[in-house]
Amino acid sequence: MADVKRVERPLSPHLSVYRPQITSVSSIFTRITGNGQVVGFVLGVWWLLAASVSDDAFATASAVLTSWFGDLVFTGLAWAVWYHFFAGLRHVYYDSGRGLDVPTAQKLGWACFIGATVMTVLTVLVV
Amino acid sequence: MQYLTDRKRAVGKGAGGSGTEHHWSLKISSIALAILIPAFLYIFGRALGQDRATVLATFAHPFPAILTGLVLVIGMRHFAQGAQIMIEDYARGGTRKALIIGVTLFSYAVIATGLFALARIVL
Repeated sequence: MADVKRVERPLSPHLSVYRPQITSVSSIFTRITGNGQVVGFVLGVWWLLAASVSDDAFATASAVLTSWFGDLVFTGLAWAVWYHFFAGLRHVYYDSGRGLDVPTAQKLGWACFIGATVMTVLTVLVV
Repeated sequence: MQYLTDRKRAVGKGAGGSGTEHHWSLKISSIALAILIPAFLYIFGRALGQDRATVLATFAHPFPAILTGLVLVIGMRHFAQGAQIMIEDYARGGTRKALIIGVTLFSYAVIATGLFALARIVL
């Protein structure tokens, strides 16, 4: 590997030249919502730990988590959880070899966004 | 001396070196989480915003405690494995290794802290 010959190869057209499509957008949202949920885990564990430790610690954690910003974050996280939930189930369905034709895949992509939004509204109403 | 033939070493493993294990493991945890998450959202969402005594009473019950423990362990492992795929897509070489190690250790730390808190509440 000491003398690797550098070859100027043509680059394939990249992201910037493609119009966003529901299939690609729903895919990247799966990654964003999945990884973003770690914020919820950290905040949730902090809150639970604070509850187990003392009144003062819990008061601080609870105040942060239920502030307007905390509400905003957790409402966003609820959407992320539900989006990832539907997108994950979609992947399980894809893995069975079904739903991979373009019209079905596009419908499933929209179903993830619509399902997540409906379930987030329901979650906010219930809890 | 290599006793295995090249073919034997490659069969079923693919470019990742561990075959479909990572994917399959994520698939199992995703099914588990699909079952656990709706109930967990309900319990956690209800408890969030309550006073400390109510929160302690909620998570001291067996079902919420076990559910939260499962969500913590399976959820954080699912996160670490999923984040690893993202890291492998965007980072290379030493950075990639460092990030994967970091995210793995971080997931264990969150699990341990959460279980510690749960244990204190339950016991």
